[in-house]
Amino acid sequence: MKMMKKLQKMFGAYCYLLPSLLVFAVFLFYPFLKTIYLSLYKTNRMGQAKLFYGLGNYRDLLTSEAFYNSMAVTLIFVVIVVAGGMLLGLAAALLCNRAFPGIRFFSTAYALPMAIASSSAALIFKIMLHPSIGIVNKLLGTDINWINDERFALVCVALLTAWLNSGINFLYFSAGLSNIDESIYERASVDGATAVQKFFRLTLPGLSPILFYTIVVNIIQAFQAFGQVKILTEGGPGEATNLIVYSIYRDAFFNYRFGSAAAQSVVLFFVIMLLTLLMFRVEKKGVKY
Amino acid sequence: MKEDIMTLQPGEIEHLQREAAARAARRRRTQKALLIGLNLIFAFFLLLPLLYALSVAFMPSSELFTTELNLLPKHPTLDNFRMAFQNIPILRFILNSFLMAGIITIGQIITCSIAAFSFSFLDFKGKQLIFMLVLATMMVPGEATILSNYLTVSALGWLDTYQVLIVPYLTSAMGIFLFRQFYSSFPIALYESAKIDGCSNFRFIFTILIPLTKSAIGAMAVYTFINAWNMYMWPLLVTGSNEMRTVQIGISMLNSVDSQSVTMMIAGVVMIIIPSISIFIFGQKQLIRGMFSGAVKG
Repeated sequence: MKMMKKLQKMFGAYCYLLPSLLVFAVFLFYPFLKTIYLSLYKTNRMGQAKLFYGLGNYRDLLTSEAFYNSMAVTLIFVVIVVAGGMLLGLAAALLCNRAFPGIRFFSTAYALPMAIASSSAALIFKIMLHPSIGIVNKLLGTDINWINDERFALVCVALLTAWLNSGINFLYFSAGLSNIDESIYERASVDGATAVQKFFRLTLPGLSPILFYTIVVNIIQAFQAFGQVKILTEGGPGEATNLIVYSIYRDAFFNYRFGSAAAQSVVLFFVIMLLTLLMFRVEKKGVKY
Repeated sequence: MKEDIMTLQPGEIEHLQREAAARAARRRRTQKALLIGLNLIFAFFLLLPLLYALSVAFMPSSELFTTELNLLPKHPTLDNFRMAFQNIPILRFILNSFLMAGIITIGQIITCSIAAFSFSFLDFKGKQLIFMLVLATMMVPGEATILSNYLTVSALGWLDTYQVLIVPYLTSAMGIFLFRQFYSSFPIALYESAKIDGCSNFRFIFTILIPLTKSAIGAMAVYTFINAWNMYMWPLLVTGSNEMRTVQIGISMLNSVDSQSVTMMIAGVVMIIIPSISIFIFGQKQLIRGMFSGAVKG
């Protein structure tokens, strides 16, 4: 009798987990294993595994120039997105660090890009960057075909992504700034420190716990960019903006090379996994000053 | 210095003090004005894409297609919006997105709160292991499983339906983690005394736990709804007909069509940005509080 009751209790506990675990099992763990499985096979156009190929797909990737290009493009992209997005967010957070009339309006404005979809933003940027009617060329007095020029396309997509990320970076940095004790600034002023000195000696070190966390979150987000590439450049011109997720998409759904796309997915997974583990560590440790 | 002050008359000291205070106040005022000015410039720069989109949405097509600088429409018009309603089933897209994002949001709140309840208040075998498994899902990016998921749903015959847009997103590790974090601040005695009073688990969740975690739920709702509203890659792959398209897919379909409809497309973009921005502005406070209460500590 007691046994029954205990069993019932245990069963209840699992029941509450069931909906979540079911979704995870069907749409996360199963496809995860299936992706690894597919990456070891040659597939037909329907995505069915047909011929065991071992590590062949990975070998093909490591010997293909397109893959190295995609990795290189992704890395450059990540660097620009992280640097640009963090600078925008940090500048905004510094501007809103002291109370002044209208601060609430400006904080909302700076956080706003968080709420914008990558695809919507890409459609707007496409018009802004248009060679003849675009506002960017008109304001700069230039005549550049931004998104069809190999030199600029990647930078444009990256800056758009940096803009999208700036909103959440602003929030992170604002939280970080509010944790810095105001009195250290006063003491520094008494000691005759300049604003620049104060920024590099007090503000940046004070931000460092949130800084590392924000960098990792930004890198993870940048690796997953897709909508902006699809709409703005479709991976082009040439392969100039063929970021890893777009490359997966193109291999699977245009070239029907599911095996190769699966192998790239596994590579992407390992990158994100390492970054996430790093993020958990940083979050837990919290650098102290 | 000291000796100088010593030789001053009391009245002079007061005068000097008053002057210094006035100078400091003046300096504070100019600093504030400078700060507001800098903020105005930076905010304008940062919001330029949105402001420009708003401006183009009200521009007659002919005004956009000139080589002169045209920041604001000279003859503002609502034609673009009217055309968007006439030429594309934008209301259908909006309805689809609201349905999808709404059900995902409510669904996630329910599945995540009951899972977090189980992790926080109940004892069962393998609890640690299962919780680790849930946390581990955060390491798998959706883009890495998307092609297998596509193969799964097409084998199920789910392509181009509502469930394909909704079901895969009915839970989230982040949500479970957030709620568990909140519940961990409640004393276990709260649960035990409710139990003694004959309160079932189910009633405990819905009449005690959920009302007590309103702020976490608010944060989660804003975050989830906006993310679902803005979803692009998955709906792009799994919807094919106009009847099923979400706002992001429907509007970006206009991307490649002729130049005359550019202003109409931007009007469409403005219309689909407004809901997500409104929800963000409306729920911003909750979102920020929720974001920094559990997961992130600065």
